[in-house]
Amino acid sequence: MEILGHLVDGIFIALEPLNIMLMLIGVALGLFIGAMPGLGSVNGVAILLPATFLVPPASAMIFLAAIYYGAMYGGAISSITLGIPGASTAVATTFDGRPLALKGRADLALVTAAVASFIGGSVANVLFTAFAPPLANVALDFGDPEIFALMLLAFATFVGLGGDDIPKTLFSICFGLVMAAVGLDIMTGEPRLVFGDITGFMHGINFLVLAIGVYGIGEMLWTIDSTRGEMTMTNAVLTVKGVLRAIRESAASWKGMSIGSFLGFFVGILPAAGATPGSLMAYGITKMVDKHPEQFGKGNINGIAAPEAANNSASTGAMLPMLTLGIPGSPTTAILLGGMVIWGLQPGPLLFTNQTEFVWGLVGSFYISNFFALAVNLAFIPLFIWMLRMPFTVLAPMIFVLSVVGGYAATQDMHDIWLMLIFGIGAYLLRKLDYPVAPAVLAIVLGPIAEPKLRQSLLFSSGDPMIFLERPISGPITVIAIILILLPLFKLIRDKIRGRNATA
Amino acid sequence: MRRAEIITAGLMALLSIYLMYKSTELDIGYVRGEGPGGGFWPFWLAAGMLLSTIWIAINWALKKSPPSQSTEKFLDSYGLRMLLLVGGGVTVFIALTHIVGFYGAICLFLIYYIRFLGRHSWGVTLAIALLTPVVTFLFFDIAMRIVLPKGYLEPLFLPLYDFFF
Repeated sequence: MEILGHLVDGIFIALEPLNIMLMLIGVALGLFIGAMPGLGSVNGVAILLPATFLVPPASAMIFLAAIYYGAMYGGAISSITLGIPGASTAVATTFDGRPLALKGRADLALVTAAVASFIGGSVANVLFTAFAPPLANVALDFGDPEIFALMLLAFATFVGLGGDDIPKTLFSICFGLVMAAVGLDIMTGEPRLVFGDITGFMHGINFLVLAIGVYGIGEMLWTIDSTRGEMTMTNAVLTVKGVLRAIRESAASWKGMSIGSFLGFFVGILPAAGATPGSLMAYGITKMVDKHPEQFGKGNINGIAAPEAANNSASTGAMLPMLTLGIPGSPTTAILLGGMVIWGLQPGPLLFTNQTEFVWGLVGSFYISNFFALAVNLAFIPLFIWMLRMPFTVLAPMIFVLSVVGGYAATQDMHDIWLMLIFGIGAYLLRKLDYPVAPAVLAIVLGPIAEPKLRQSLLFSSGDPMIFLERPISGPITVIAIILILLPLFKLIRDKIRGRNATA
Repeated sequence: MRRAEIITAGLMALLSIYLMYKSTELDIGYVRGEGPGGGFWPFWLAAGMLLSTIWIAINWALKKSPPSQSTEKFLDSYGLRMLLLVGGGVTVFIALTHIVGFYGAICLFLIYYIRFLGRHSWGVTLAIALLTPVVTFLFFDIAMRIVLPKGYLEPLFLPLYDFFF
């Protein structure tokens, strides 16, 4: 009951005029960002975060969350009409969305995607409201060793579940954590890793420098390089009557929607997983349990509903560990967490007791934004399809300009802009060799929080690392983290044994 | 790809070693009564980077990772041209901010990209290239009070400051 009271208060905060305006702009921008190939929620949030210094932190967060939300809706638009995913989170939507569009039912595909996104978002909002306060309550008792163990777990999920090349993932994590250590040592105040005695390194490397470099400049270079060919667009004719009919027809995909909504939420909570694998898994499972799996890939609406419900649900799921534990569940929430640190908010369970207005205003906005996103999406699908015609040679330079200006606004130091360029070009080149970039961004955000926790824990135990294994809560978490890190090794051994049996 | 994979691993190993060396400027061990020293965290993580690059090199030798099996070029002629024209363009853009300030550089960069790389008409080009700096100025300098560097164009902005502040 107490939770419901908080939720109602939160919805009222979200309904303040400034917040309503920001939510509407946010979901519209998010829809656009999601629909544009080469831009996803993480790019939008990273590039636009500096622009939010104009409004109070709570409203800024509501705005960025609305972008996150809208982008999950928007990704489907280009997946269906262009056949190329607007964001990685909408990859699975192309499998059935594109064939359905080619059959001349782009309207049904688009409406199903929007309705599924709405259902996924709504289910996730309810789950979030139910789980977040108790989890935050439990987390209140966590000390330094527990929080460090959780961070270890977050990084371990990248190694065990990320699916990328393992040594390259480890390299990415360690690199991000070392970059986070540049500047003054937080505990002794001594300068550290000041390369070439350049004073610009004294104030450390702001996480936005890496995030905008990677997701702004690096991502644009990557997209220009990888989408060389021309794109073909399937036009969708939409009328009010057609949309209403399509809404009724989309109800047939309830199975995909329910699998996507629940699976997406729990996959979204895992730090390495997020919305992209969530939607792919939802697609796979929906296809597996369907009586006619052979219809998938040919325009089955369950195959559109499942990934679309899942990516929205996962984006809310990713907020759960970010707000309750201070551990982001996705690259986008990692950037939101970094933003909260800039605004002087301490992420973690204390938010629920000390910053109730901030937290519940945000939760309230999830509900409202979800409605707005559905309405804006259905009402303006033709407009978004029209905007997709914007040539990439106009969009790309604008993104470069926004990245550079946004980067400067965040740190107000030209040194950081040059560093951002180096990170961007470096990230593009490393990505060509399959180095994952998301772990590095998560690491530079968590680094400044993780390091003092580790050092304080070790000081407390007089240097004995067993402290992480011996305490009742941190113990199991650390053990799970170690198992996850070793998981690929087990797989390797299993494959070896299998290979031997096969040849014998 | 195969050659690029091992060269990159080598360069990243050198970076790791440099970071480890740099970390030793502070205490990397346990300081009695203070906990781990300031160099402890970056030193061991840089060591982790080094171990990862050695692992990458082993995978390369065993031809286990996709890039080490690929016979494709790391940067083909399109990729290289793109990197020089676009990456180079952004580099020049940032360099120009030191001379003609952000707003001048934005305008020049947009003209370069939209007109010469994108081959759009002069009308479209100029509309975007002139409007973007104006909107950016109103948003950052005026609304957010974040003053972007103006370089040698500073005098041109003085009347605007008088008008707005």
